[in-house]
Amino acid sequence: MKPKHQRLILIILAFLGLGGASFFILSAFQEALVFYYVPSDHCQKKMNSKQCIRMGGLVKPHSVHVTGKTVSFEITDQKASIQVHYQGVLPDLFREGQGVVAEGYLLGPNLFEAKSILAKHDEKYMPKEVADRLKEKGIWRNAE
Amino acid sequence: MKYRWARPNFFLKITTPLLPVSFILTLLFLTGGLYLGLIASPPDYLQGDGMRIMYVHVPASWIASLIYAFLALMSFFAFVWRHLLAEVLAISSVPIGALFTGLSLVTGALWGKPMWGTYWVWDARLTSVLVLLFLYGGYWALYKSYSRPEQGIRAASLLALVGVINLPIIKGSVEWWNTLHQPASLIKLSSPSIDPSMLTPLLLMAGAYFFYFITLLMIRTRTELNTRKLLILEAKK
Repeated sequence: MKPKHQRLILIILAFLGLGGASFFILSAFQEALVFYYVPSDHCQKKMNSKQCIRMGGLVKPHSVHVTGKTVSFEITDQKASIQVHYQGVLPDLFREGQGVVAEGYLLGPNLFEAKSILAKHDEKYMPKEVADRLKEKGIWRNAE
Repeated sequence: MKYRWARPNFFLKITTPLLPVSFILTLLFLTGGLYLGLIASPPDYLQGDGMRIMYVHVPASWIASLIYAFLALMSFFAFVWRHLLAEVLAISSVPIGALFTGLSLVTGALWGKPMWGTYWVWDARLTSVLVLLFLYGGYWALYKSYSRPEQGIRAASLLALVGVINLPIIKGSVEWWNTLHQPASLIKLSSPSIDPSMLTPLLLMAGAYFFYFITLLMIRTRTELNTRKLLILEAKK
């Protein structure tokens, strides 16, 4: 066997091994690799109130209340929702129906104290006129 | 070497006319892309003018991954068959790939601050792209750490091949795990969720970046080949 064939077989075997190993590692870390939990997750798993976690979902329409400096709203994943309290500056994209990720502590089974709020943008890009037209036609899907 | 197209002299010969063509294509795509992207296209319904960063950011990320795939393929030829041209093409593509990865990370951060509310988060997509930058950096460091380039290229090629694992992770990160980064707008099975008036400048910018890469790659490879020729001539004296 020529040296170049040896090297070819070495590379292919190494690549198969490495690919397999990566697959198993990533599958094993599935839980740790998520950026945020959704409200229906927390109902199944009891989380520690001292642990800083991220909770993501959509801002439930008509749930935003501002009292002084405190904003309270509900995050929902359409299955379950959770009340969030937050003091501070909201990102520009924050609005009802928008995806957000709140970072903070779970105080009770349905109460979340947020330290920071990040807005999550969806993958849709369109001019304002197109968005208005879709809303007029009633085929606008605000919350997915 | 029995393959005519893999001979360095053949490469020098065919790139002489191709280089200006590629350069002109870069300018054409860039002019069209920048005009449509920055002036003629409408602002986004939600993000306003801030979404124009996307025309710089998204194609940069695509090309950064594409260059890595090219680097890995060339490293494969360089490691198994020890083709000189593959080695030189691999080395020449690394700084260009790192440039686009850096551009993608910086423009992403600038977009993230007003839209998400943060420059950086450690989600799967952002982290895997940072790993891509480290792979380019690692390749260069490993290649340069040997006093003889023919040893350095072996080690660096192996690193480049190991790093291929990162490419499907970058692509899949937004689908397999939930991330702050939005999923793909364009490369997905259903129809693209981006308006045609915004899709055109995006694709033009991708074209501009692609031909910019090809142009730079040809210039860098020619320089490297000529430098090596000179070194051989020097050594013969």
